[in-house]
Amino acid sequence: MNAVAIEKTISRIPQATDFAEFVTRSEVEDLLYHEAELLDTWQLNEWLTLFTEDGCYYVPSTDLPRDASSDNSLFYIADDPVRLHERVVRLMKKTAHSEYPRSHTRHLVSNVRVLDANADEVKVAAAFVTYRIKFGSTDVYVGSTHYRLRRLHGQLRIVEKRCFLDLESLRPHGRVSILL
Amino acid sequence: MGNEAKLVDIDEKNLRFRVAREAFVSGNVLASEYEQIFNKCWLYVGHASEFKKPGDFVTRTIARRNILVTMGTDKKINAFFNTCPHRGATVCRDRSGNSKNFQCFYHGWVFGCDGNLKSQPGKESYGEGFAASGAGNLVPVPKFDSYAGFCFISFNPEVEPLPDYLAGAKEYLDLVSNYSESGMGISSGSQEYAIRANWKLLVENSVDGYHAVSTHASYLDYLKNTNGSLSSTKLEGKSRDLGNGHAVLEYTAPWGRPIASWIPLWGEKGKKEIEQIHARLVERFGEEMADRMAHKNRNLLIFPNLVINDIMAITVRTFYPQSPDYMLVNGWSLAPNEESEWARKFRLSNFLEFLGPGGFATPDDVEALESCQNGFNNYQSVPWSDISKGMGKESPSYDDELQMRAFWSRWNQFISGTPSPQANQRRLTSVA
Ligand code: FES
Ligand SMILES: [Fe+2]
Repeated sequence: MNAVAIEKTISRIPQATDFAEFVTRSEVEDLLYHEAELLDTWQLNEWLTLFTEDGCYYVPSTDLPRDASSDNSLFYIADDPVRLHERVVRLMKKTAHSEYPRSHTRHLVSNVRVLDANADEVKVAAAFVTYRIKFGSTDVYVGSTHYRLRRLHGQLRIVEKRCFLDLESLRPHGRVSILL
Repeated sequence: MGNEAKLVDIDEKNLRFRVAREAFVSGNVLASEYEQIFNKCWLYVGHASEFKKPGDFVTRTIARRNILVTMGTDKKINAFFNTCPHRGATVCRDRSGNSKNFQCFYHGWVFGCDGNLKSQPGKESYGEGFAASGAGNLVPVPKFDSYAGFCFISFNPEVEPLPDYLAGAKEYLDLVSNYSESGMGISSGSQEYAIRANWKLLVENSVDGYHAVSTHASYLDYLKNTNGSLSSTKLEGKSRDLGNGHAVLEYTAPWGRPIASWIPLWGEKGKKEIEQIHARLVERFGEEMADRMAHKNRNLLIFPNLVINDIMAITVRTFYPQSPDYMLVNGWSLAPNEESEWARKFRLSNFLEFLGPGGFATPDDVEALESCQNGFNNYQSVPWSDISKGMGKESPSYDDELQMRAFWSRWNQFISGTPSPQANQRRLTSVA
């Protein structure tokens, strides 16, 4: 399955117990809050271990529909596992000039919902607000993240993280040089 | 501006070319850039591929104006000021789409995609012949023309014809459009961002071959790290002044190009496909031209603010100053329509790797530009920037600063007075 879920008709209000057999919302929240903390403290190598070996990370351009694919549309970020790893390697270097000296970030995660789950995968959506603070500017990234999670040795891990920005454009930031 | 201190200082004898930092921070300079440059030149508005059938439209902000570009029922592309002739409301408030009619929501006037007024609520209250007089039509932008699929507008009714304006850049626009037999197209998804820096810093940066090794060290490391994405090709080449402020760098580089430079990362299947693309270029243009198209990278600047970088992918980019220290940037990916799914995927992947706000290189360019802008706060004590690298050379290298001098010389002609036709054609160095 794909991380993107477009909810059209909501016939009933989802309940915390809907997927209790496979996962609970608080378990998902623990993962996402932990992820946010690792990002805000620049423990990016540790952050990477939250992903499965085939883990991917996407930030589509702001004028694309949610189901757009990076195979034929221009995104801001479309990292396969190799590039995701290299993104972290690069960000930890002093020669990643945009992030050295490092910016301060604050990842706020809210509205966490388990959208679907089975024995193999869990689909989750969450709202986010991420602040990047540096050199006198505070920039805000707002949107929703859709995750696909998989249980490995009992632990939930990220198979896909896809951040849909609610912004009309990447302004005034000029960059998504931090991880959202 | 004429009586003030000069902003560009050229000392041919001592091989110094300096630009006043005041030109990056002054509100007066910005005002005269709008008046003398953006109001007078040809400006890129979009690509013909964005208009396929009658009614296709996009809205864009070009030099602070709201512009509506449509394809009429006659399949002609039109550019209008996107403001209602009645009392001013923005007529089309969507970014893009297809519509035969545009209704202004304020009082309900309706316009066709040719801009003509089609209906008005309460029409009988207007004088007879109101609609027929044309007074109720959308106002077209004074000039519209296209070259090799690249569409331009000008707010200057007296502007020279587009082909003359483009001068030596035409050859390079032809080259880019010749990659495809079925036409080049803009891919869906645009990168819209901003940089807290003067727009001319992005002009310089877009054609700066000098900064790659230091600014993009971490990108070059990445290419080395990732198994097989780096060929042994060296960064080397030439820069050319194309006349009228346009310039190009043309050089070889170690990255792969979907047309048509293979890298090991793309595997045997990729190699076959790249070889086929190359073979077809040879059939169409001969060996020498095919090799140039396939293996050379080109960073092209069209004065004042269109950049077409044909590198590991092709990006089309324009940008406008909002204030001396803030610009809005729009970037797109251009690709042959007939490209296979495989090649398209690699092209976009290549694009994102280097280019754009989430790439491994552009954020560091943004940082460099903002850092320069910050440095310009000292302009009263440190008044000059130097762009003399490679001055006096018979044939400047891709990492010299000839292309910036071409831009600035032209910029200076516009800002300091009316450029003479002779001066337009004068190039900074003899070209092969
Ligand atoms: S302003 Fe458009 S109809 Fe009145
Ligand atoms: Fe750069």
